[in-house]
Amino acid sequence: MSTQEHTAAAHVHRDDIGSRMGMWLFLFTELVLFGGLFFMYSVYRYLHHQDFYIAARSMNVFIGTTNTIILLTSSLTIALSIVAMQNGKKILSLILQGTTVIFGLVFLVNKYFEWMAEIHHGNFPGSPELLSQPPGHILFFGLYYVMTGLHGLHVIIGMVIIMFMMRFTMKDVITPDQTVKLEAAGLYWHLVDIIWIFLFPLFYLIT
Amino acid sequence: MEKQIAQHIEKPGHSYGKYIVVWLALLTLTAITAVVAGVNLGEVTIVVALIIASVKSYLVLTVFMHLNVESKPFKIFVMVALFFLIVSIVLLFSDFSNM
Repeated sequence: MSTQEHTAAAHVHRDDIGSRMGMWLFLFTELVLFGGLFFMYSVYRYLHHQDFYIAARSMNVFIGTTNTIILLTSSLTIALSIVAMQNGKKILSLILQGTTVIFGLVFLVNKYFEWMAEIHHGNFPGSPELLSQPPGHILFFGLYYVMTGLHGLHVIIGMVIIMFMMRFTMKDVITPDQTVKLEAAGLYWHLVDIIWIFLFPLFYLIT
Repeated sequence: MEKQIAQHIEKPGHSYGKYIVVWLALLTLTAITAVVAGVNLGEVTIVVALIIASVKSYLVLTVFMHLNVESKPFKIFVMVALFFLIVSIVLLFSDFSNM
């Protein structure tokens, strides 16, 4: 009995490849979720392309580009945090993880100002100004709020996950030999980045 | 000493360099896509934007998400997922273009 217990304690079950594959399978469900929205966007754009061009004129390209740079850089910092951890640099890894969370926050603050400006111009679902516009215009802003909103929700979730990873790093649950949790968090964050890579040209650069 | 060197060679991908190079490439592509959008290319604009976005996604998938060092099943999984996404959009538009 005691020998069995001893062997059980010595052999902690660990399957890093399985963990990463599980994460990828989850990411495919995210692909379906956003894929459906991208399909809807492409059909409505196909049917109302002239309205889409006009509606996209009110998009703030400067904030859109800034947010793209911020999100790409945050992808770099989370990728580097994994390398730092694998190299045994715990503090550097923590700083890079924290930087990623801060970038996420800056992204959301920019998004807040962007949305507030649009709402101020009367471009929000159900507003009298928007309802007086042609249908393609209304659809564009409907899709804009749903897709960037759902993406923003993913940014918030990603930030919470990375904050958990920071705690795991501090508690030595994530160690140089055991980085799979941090890698999975990184995969999620990169997926959020990829979704933005497509949202950016489709909403900001179609004028 | 030899063992240490062997271990070092065994574990590639522990350097920061390639991530920074990819990040610079991503920023360059972002700049290109923003500039190209300003040029009036008509119908081609969206195609160029989507090609650049695909190249950026490829870089993120292979380097940041480590697909280049993952085993074959991972690559097949991703390709199957993307294949079905492409099939869906092709079927969707073959339906719409006949309306």
